[in-house]
Amino acid sequence: MDRLTAIANAVIAGRHTEAAELTQRVIDQGIAPQTILDDGLIAGMNVVGERFRVHEIFLPDVLLAAKAMYAGMDLLKPLLEAGGVTSRGKIVIGTVRGDLHDIGKNLVGIMLRGAGFDVIDLGHDVAPERMVETARTEGATVIGMSALLTTTMPVMQEVVDLLRDARLTGTIKTLVGGAPVTKTYAREIGADAFGFDAANAVDVVKQLCGVR
Amino acid sequence: MRPFLDRITAGEVLVGDGAMGTMLLERVLRPGESPESATCAHTDVLADIAERYVEAGADLIESNTFGASPLKLALAKLDDDVAAVNRDAVRIARNAARSRAHVVASVGPSGRLLQPYGDTAADDMQRSFHTQLEYLIAEGVDAIFVETMVDLAEATLVIRAAKDIDAAIPIAAMMTFDPTPRGFYTVMGVTVAAAAAGLAEAGADLVGSNCGNGVEQMIGIATEFRQHTELPLVMQPNAGLPQTRTGRVVYDETPEMLASRAQELLDIGVSVIGGCCGTTPDHIRALRRMIDGHSPRRQ
Repeated sequence: MDRLTAIANAVIAGRHTEAAELTQRVIDQGIAPQTILDDGLIAGMNVVGERFRVHEIFLPDVLLAAKAMYAGMDLLKPLLEAGGVTSRGKIVIGTVRGDLHDIGKNLVGIMLRGAGFDVIDLGHDVAPERMVETARTEGATVIGMSALLTTTMPVMQEVVDLLRDARLTGTIKTLVGGAPVTKTYAREIGADAFGFDAANAVDVVKQLCGVR
Repeated sequence: MRPFLDRITAGEVLVGDGAMGTMLLERVLRPGESPESATCAHTDVLADIAERYVEAGADLIESNTFGASPLKLALAKLDDDVAAVNRDAVRIARNAARSRAHVVASVGPSGRLLQPYGDTAADDMQRSFHTQLEYLIAEGVDAIFVETMVDLAEATLVIRAAKDIDAAIPIAAMMTFDPTPRGFYTVMGVTVAAAAAGLAEAGADLVGSNCGNGVEQMIGIATEFRQHTELPLVMQPNAGLPQTRTGRVVYDETPEMLASRAQELLDIGVSVIGGCCGTTPDHIRALRRMIDGHSPRRQ
């Protein structure tokens, strides 16, 4: 079996020790870090994302796969940074103020990292000001907001408004999602995009960042 | 009033209560505030909501303790007084029930994920539920309603903790399913068949589903449960799925819609029918009327 396919399979199976060992082995063998990331770890995570999307696998499988992906990524990160490889874009994500639900948001973070984006995860219960400030100082191109409660959804509007007041609309784009959030709602509050699930959020972010 | 389980075994159909969280949000909670914060801060409002459900004909009133396990309260920074949050909520429900309705303790998810996919050890989660359940059972609740579970392992921890404290306490265990093209699954991948078997194995006296769906989907879920278990069933649908209209959240299913479709739940043989998010005293009144008309109540 191809050495990179073996890494992908370890991610798909959620075996983090194996994913780390195999990643270290191919690093030692001199394979380019970017190739290991793209054709090993991310290739595996893509399969996981697709199987999750069609309900073949569920949250526990995705979380275990993510652990395996991160185990490999931790080894690659210093090499990628030393090699001056730039990420596909910097994304700030968080669950909005007053909302403690972060499973969906975490899933989006996993998928975005799996797709090669640099993700700054601010966690849950994040104030709108902090989202905007972090995106500004970090030079992020997208703020991804999650809300699981109908009562916390309106906080998303505050982020959109803050960006407009700071004349950052268009420079920093907004993506919203979460169980009660709809495309119509996204349009209503003036958000740039809506992601109906974690896999879709990645596609949308790619569009927003103009990458394939 | 006869004991809760005796009434179920005798074939009576009981009406549950309706939403607590959405009612509180309309009246006193600020966006994102935890419903448990209302127990001490808005005792009068909680008492009023419970009273309205009893007046509407609910046979049981649930305590406002869905998120009152120490782990969950810690997320909302309300864990300084786990005892008071649980005890006071049961007392409010009991004062409203005044022997007209059973007092049932609601226990929801911990808000944490179990190892190995999450970061919480099973022992820690079990201890958290055990602590909550000790307060609830010491208050003399008539039953425990385990609600909105998505992980069978977590639901099992709650049931075992309750049985450990009081082997005779009636337990109704409910999970929340999503319709997928491949059938009903919880977000953690639990099927109705697996839930029916696993919850029964852990010691649940009733099994079923709440939240996540309107009555339409609940009919499908109840049908599947019936195929997989002999245990009495409990179903508590939402008033449909939440919709947003110009920033306001509304639930579409009217009391009449709920009551007319809920007849099918009776045909399937569901023993407890109540409401979850978006249901109101009017929904419960409509259910009461429908059930009384369907088969005379046996006291």
